[in-house]
Amino acid sequence: MKRIAAVFRHLGERGEKALIPFITAGDPDLETSYQLALQMAAQGADILELGVPFSDPLADGPTIQAASNRAIRNGVHLEDVLQLAGRLRAASPMPLVLMGYYNPVLQYGLARTARMAAENGVDGVIIPDLPPEEAGAWRREALAAGVAPVLLAAPTSGLKRIQRLAALTRGFLYYVSVTGITGARSQLPPELQDELQEVRRRVKCPLAVGFGIASPEQVKMLAPYVDGVVVGSAIVQRVAKLRGQELLKEVGDFVAALKNPLRGG
Amino acid sequence: MQPDRHGHFGPYGGRFVPETLMPALFELETAYRRLHRQPEFRRELAWYLQEYVGRPTPLYFARQLTAALGGPKIYLKREDLAHTGAHKINNTIGQGLLARRMGKKRLIAETGAGQHGVATATVAALLGLECDIFMGTEDIRRQRLNVIRMELLGARVISVASGSCTLKDAMNEAIRDWVTNVRHTHYVIGSVAGPHPYPMMVRDFQAVIGREAKAQVKQQTGRLPTCLVACVGGGSNAMGLFYPFLHDPVRFVGVEAAGHGLHTGHHSATLVAGTVGVLHGSLSYLLQDPWGNIQEAHSLAPGLDYPGVGPQHSFFKDTGRAEYQAVTDDEALAGFKLLAKTEGILPALESAHAIAWLQLNSRRFNPEDVVIINLSGRGDKDVEAVSAVLSGTQPAT
Repeated sequence: MKRIAAVFRHLGERGEKALIPFITAGDPDLETSYQLALQMAAQGADILELGVPFSDPLADGPTIQAASNRAIRNGVHLEDVLQLAGRLRAASPMPLVLMGYYNPVLQYGLARTARMAAENGVDGVIIPDLPPEEAGAWRREALAAGVAPVLLAAPTSGLKRIQRLAALTRGFLYYVSVTGITGARSQLPPELQDELQEVRRRVKCPLAVGFGIASPEQVKMLAPYVDGVVVGSAIVQRVAKLRGQELLKEVGDFVAALKNPLRGG
Repeated sequence: MQPDRHGHFGPYGGRFVPETLMPALFELETAYRRLHRQPEFRRELAWYLQEYVGRPTPLYFARQLTAALGGPKIYLKREDLAHTGAHKINNTIGQGLLARRMGKKRLIAETGAGQHGVATATVAALLGLECDIFMGTEDIRRQRLNVIRMELLGARVISVASGSCTLKDAMNEAIRDWVTNVRHTHYVIGSVAGPHPYPMMVRDFQAVIGREAKAQVKQQTGRLPTCLVACVGGGSNAMGLFYPFLHDPVRFVGVEAAGHGLHTGHHSATLVAGTVGVLHGSLSYLLQDPWGNIQEAHSLAPGLDYPGVGPQHSFFKDTGRAEYQAVTDDEALAGFKLLAKTEGILPALESAHAIAWLQLNSRRFNPEDVVIINLSGRGDKDVEAVSAVLSGTQPAT
């Protein structure tokens, strides 16, 4: 939890914004995920979001659905993702945030997930199908273990609810850019900048935006309004296509290009 | 019984959905709570149920079936005679009228057997709303007739080729569509499943089955029934029959699909053989592996081919208010044939599970006992599939 706050503080002091790339852990295998994570850290990723595979990812579009299926076919589940986080923590100080659906967390056990996350150096957990109304038990366990329960806010939430979500979230507030599911988009909603400006004015915690963001141009457009930008499907698409050194280089270059517009000055 | 403020029946139910949908669920709940008490809305719904759906449906004393089984007196609640051929229309009329009052222009729905898809497409045509139906490719193959019906009614059938290509995957895709188009679209969930307020709302719309049956059985026999029997996939026809008898000394039996047999792992017996978890927006029993991934369900009856179940059924299971048992594909086929030959009624394969349970258990009843079976749908849609299995040209998949 402290690592996330420190990253936003340090970047803020330099007038920089955080790049938060996402990959599905175990796609195509855990070793590649490990290499990719370190490569992204070296190329400018500030916080890493690690997707936990799930059979029925209902907030995700085809790209991340397919990645999740590939990882499940490899037998990758929550415990493997936690161990991957542990390996990454030993190799890099980059904050790690897990993004996974509620049922695998529930089956593994709320207290056990929180404890194992903390032990493996996980800084936060995003559960996209766990709104605050249902999150009481999980929040208690996560906070007790020192793991940030990160909440999402959506364009449909309305400002009043967004303020409540901002008060409850830890680490940062994850603003969903589109009314929809994950997936790279060539066009973001025209009203998004106004929405972010409005949210920014009312929300004190660090604010990140994600869903659909796929290019350095889009990152540049959104950077002035937020503290961090999440890019997922556009990276996962590359993971689906390439292998080995070629994959590491391509993703590394892409992450560097995404980070550029987020640097200060 | 009403769920708590956040839609829980005991520990079950709730709202486990992406944040984008939360405001839509609040809006829906508010609209539903306001309208369903409003006399004008109730009159409108009652009018459609009577004049359009053809309610009340008969409670039919099945004399020959009773004689053939030599057990209790058997009454069939004839939901198969409702417009579109199944109980599903009770709910879609209710939700359609609600959606129109909420100013929604488009209806979406998931469907397995196609009955809920047909019932939603019907109501969309009736009320002048746009309609998209999500259906697994496997179910499109099995229920060709219903696909044609939906298209003739003006709906678009969107095939879903992910996962097991059945009801669960159709529901995933419907939820994804709703997340994207939530501002002008109403999602017509077809069972007492999904996030709050659906389990409560769908139950209330389906409770017309039990209210009618209660009045009819009292009139015909002068007493309450001994036992109610209904098939359970998501559980809407069972809940609709059971709920008005909740506080009466009446036994509830929900019959799940044991598919190829519980020991094979190819079944849909969520309550009999499942464990507790979260799927499609609510906490309930479900079929899953130890890591929380949802397992594929199996049943010859596409409407039962679902790895989850409505949260209030989970509550009934834990409290013992209802008992849940499972019958296999083969047993359901025997029930299908039995009803056809004794009463001249082709039941839906789903409803045939309820017949089959009584066929297997009739000796445990006394001749003066009264059992009501919910004949939730007609079997025309299944004729091709049943004849293929019976003639051996295709194994029961």
